[in-house]
Amino acid sequence: MKQKKKWYDYLWIASLTYLILGFFNILFAWLGLLCFFIPLIISIVKGNKAYCNKYCGRGQLFSLAGGRFGLSRKKDIPGWMKSSYFRYGFLIFFFAMFFLMLWNTYLVFAGAKELRTVVTLLWTLKLPWHWAYHGTLFSSGAAQFAFGFYSVMLTSTVLGFVTMILFKPRSWCVYCPMGTMTQLICKAKNSGSSQP
Amino acid sequence: MIKRKAIVSIRECVACGCCVKVCPRNAIAIPKGIYAEIDKDLCVGCGKCAKECPASIITLEVAEA
Repeated sequence: MKQKKKWYDYLWIASLTYLILGFFNILFAWLGLLCFFIPLIISIVKGNKAYCNKYCGRGQLFSLAGGRFGLSRKKDIPGWMKSSYFRYGFLIFFFAMFFLMLWNTYLVFAGAKELRTVVTLLWTLKLPWHWAYHGTLFSSGAAQFAFGFYSVMLTSTVLGFVTMILFKPRSWCVYCPMGTMTQLICKAKNSGSSQP
Repeated sequence: MIKRKAIVSIRECVACGCCVKVCPRNAIAIPKGIYAEIDKDLCVGCGKCAKECPASIITLEVAEA
């Protein structure tokens, strides 16, 4: 009865590779924009969450690590974490932090601030990351964005890993800002047709 | 004989698709990206989706005859 694996069932390899590449050259962090734009484009154009449902490599990574490798307690997620208040609140918080990162990138682009070769974990911990910086062909702002974006990706992976261990493997999906946002887009796009 | 079917709490569903992936009968779909829909005719009440659901919002309920 097991369904045959499709090509997209292996996208967890891409997600893992992405995280590893960030240790070697931070500029690879730019590739993370794909995980940002593809789900948005799919939800806007097609009006569904095919990205979450099929292509999300991070979800697959959590389901492998938490499922096959047994790194999850598989307990129920607390009620507040799946409430819309928390989901929308986290979306707003995440975006606020994202725009703050963009602002810092802009300041470096504009020359008002020096490039900082650090990765900020959980919005507070500054981890030295200079070994992954080998200069950039473009403005140092391009590198600043890479550090900032990698921080976002690493932070969300760490959060996802913690909730994977504590709760079910793909607990991250419950409060994933991209998931919440694409669901909102789908709601807006499909409003008018049969509502629950 | 008591038959159980999976029921999704539509309001809480995040439409992640974990249930779709584990369903051995392909009885679940997320057509509009808002919530999962279960085909009651195909569902055999195995409970795999309920176990997998990261938000734990799928329950098995006795289907009315």
